[in-house]
Amino acid sequence: MLEYLIQRIAISTVTLAMISVIVFTGVRMIPGDPARVLAGTEADEAGLADIRQKYGLNDPIPIQYLRWVGLAIRGDLGESVRTRETVTKTVAGKLPITLELACLSILVALAIAIPVGVLSAVRRNTFWDYLANALSLCGLSVPSFWLGIMLILFFSVRLGWLPASGFVPFLQDPVANLTRMLMPTFVLGTTLAAVLMRQTRNSMIEVMSADYIRTAYSKGLAGRVVIFRHAIRNGLIPVVTILGLQMGALMGGAVVTEQIFVVPGFGRLIVESVFTRDYPLVQGLVLITAGAYVLINLLVDVSYSLLNPRIRVKGAASAQ
Amino acid sequence: MPSDGSALAVPISEAGPAGQATRLQLAWRRAARRPPALIGAMVVLLYLLLALGAPWIAPDDPLRTDWSQTRKAPSAAHLFGTDDLGRDVLSRVVYGTRISMQAGVFAILLAMAIGVPAGLVAGFYRGAFDQLIMRLTDAWLSFPFLILAIGLVTILGPSLTNATVAIGVGATPTYIRLTRGLVLSTREEEFVQGARALGAGDLRVMGRHILPNITSSLLVQATVSIPAAIIAEAILSFLGLGVQPPSPSWGTMLNAAQQFLETAPWMAWWPGLAIFSLTLAFNLAGDGLRDWLDPKDY
Repeated sequence: MLEYLIQRIAISTVTLAMISVIVFTGVRMIPGDPARVLAGTEADEAGLADIRQKYGLNDPIPIQYLRWVGLAIRGDLGESVRTRETVTKTVAGKLPITLELACLSILVALAIAIPVGVLSAVRRNTFWDYLANALSLCGLSVPSFWLGIMLILFFSVRLGWLPASGFVPFLQDPVANLTRMLMPTFVLGTTLAAVLMRQTRNSMIEVMSADYIRTAYSKGLAGRVVIFRHAIRNGLIPVVTILGLQMGALMGGAVVTEQIFVVPGFGRLIVESVFTRDYPLVQGLVLITAGAYVLINLLVDVSYSLLNPRIRVKGAASAQ
Repeated sequence: MPSDGSALAVPISEAGPAGQATRLQLAWRRAARRPPALIGAMVVLLYLLLALGAPWIAPDDPLRTDWSQTRKAPSAAHLFGTDDLGRDVLSRVVYGTRISMQAGVFAILLAMAIGVPAGLVAGFYRGAFDQLIMRLTDAWLSFPFLILAIGLVTILGPSLTNATVAIGVGATPTYIRLTRGLVLSTREEEFVQGARALGAGDLRVMGRHILPNITSSLLVQATVSIPAAIIAEAILSFLGLGVQPPSPSWGTMLNAAQQFLETAPWMAWWPGLAIFSLTLAFNLAGDGLRDWLDPKDY
């Protein structure tokens, strides 16, 4: 176990190092003077000198990289060209909003995907199974941003039931917060629900044909008990993995969803920073997103290896 | 069996084409058992025709503005209505097919052009190069697809070509991994060992023996990743990072439609429906193709 853990952490560390190289190189590829890129077009000579001094822009590239990584590890990702606020602080202000959106979306997705997936696996090749499959195919194919626009068109413009956009902090007014989060949550949750439903269905079908399920049936247990006590436990393990892998898509989806519903979160910040050519902010945001993805998947891997000893052995073998 | 006997009696020169015809018929029969997949494939073909024949199919110039006809509801003159600048929405949707198909197909071709050789070499030779490539794809895959594309477009600047490159680069690691995995299992097959025993060099083994055997899996993956690339292009254009106005991309059309949801909702219907139906068709066709190519299914 310890060996697996160390191996997994080592791989993640190498991945994080590679990510930092890619991001560093990416920013250096932006045409123009790096000091100008990092300080913004409005910076004066003194500002440029500060940046040159801080990142040692006259030093050889590898030393510049190490200096930058050193600062990043200590949480110093530079400051926004536009607001002059540190990247860390800017992100800390926006992150709770996106986290709320993401967590609600995952809840919605799981609430749809697991019951429907289990049902369509248990009632395989019936009308309900076909309906569920058709729905998940539609969920996979529908462009989320168009779904968002259609929801606004229907529920806000036509019916006037829900506010089309905006954000109210939860602590200020929980009801207003949730009514504004309803449509974005649904939009972000749809694709995820479709992916998870397919996975739930497939792994439940596999589990349901296992010997121990036949044993459970033949010793006279009720169908309900077999499904809930025996099948779901094992059937949902792959779903957890897929959920971890879908985090990237969820982060990307948040960018689009926040843009449509004007939610002032992390995703909207990325688009804004791209448009204002706020390169230090873009650099920090991309680095944070990729780093978060690696850490989340490390946690997912480690946590389910704790749940299922077999995976730990298999995982260690395939990682070599 | 008598039929076997008569088949043997047929001269070899005739057996070839006759055998092929039945194989074709067999393939068709297997395809016909999957109506959803066939419909999907037909819709994809239809969009392909729309893309290629846009100048002849579109009723109007997609860029011609007409200030007397702004935001008109769908009518006989303009089947899909007109947009905020009085342009014919149907014509714009038809021309938009071009941009979407172009972005989707070229992005994935680029991903394959980099990913397949890299995966082939990594899986074939293993060793340090393999480790390096795998760690690099790990890192690459850690950037959410869209975030990576946005980052690349930031560096390259927004345009159709750059969006296509960004999407292609974003999709590359998937192809590296897939190819490598397929090569790892194929290189142990007996026919590969046989080819080696006959003295085939590395290049010949890779190009003549391994590659043809993994092509179908790569093709199936393409049916999944082309619609994903099409959606990615639409998203980038929607965010203003892809195709720039006035070019008729479905994404830019939806972006413009957002401001007129109350007065001209049709501006939002059609481009979205086009993306939805094309992606759905690709997914249906892809699911069918996967079953169809599966040898267990005969």
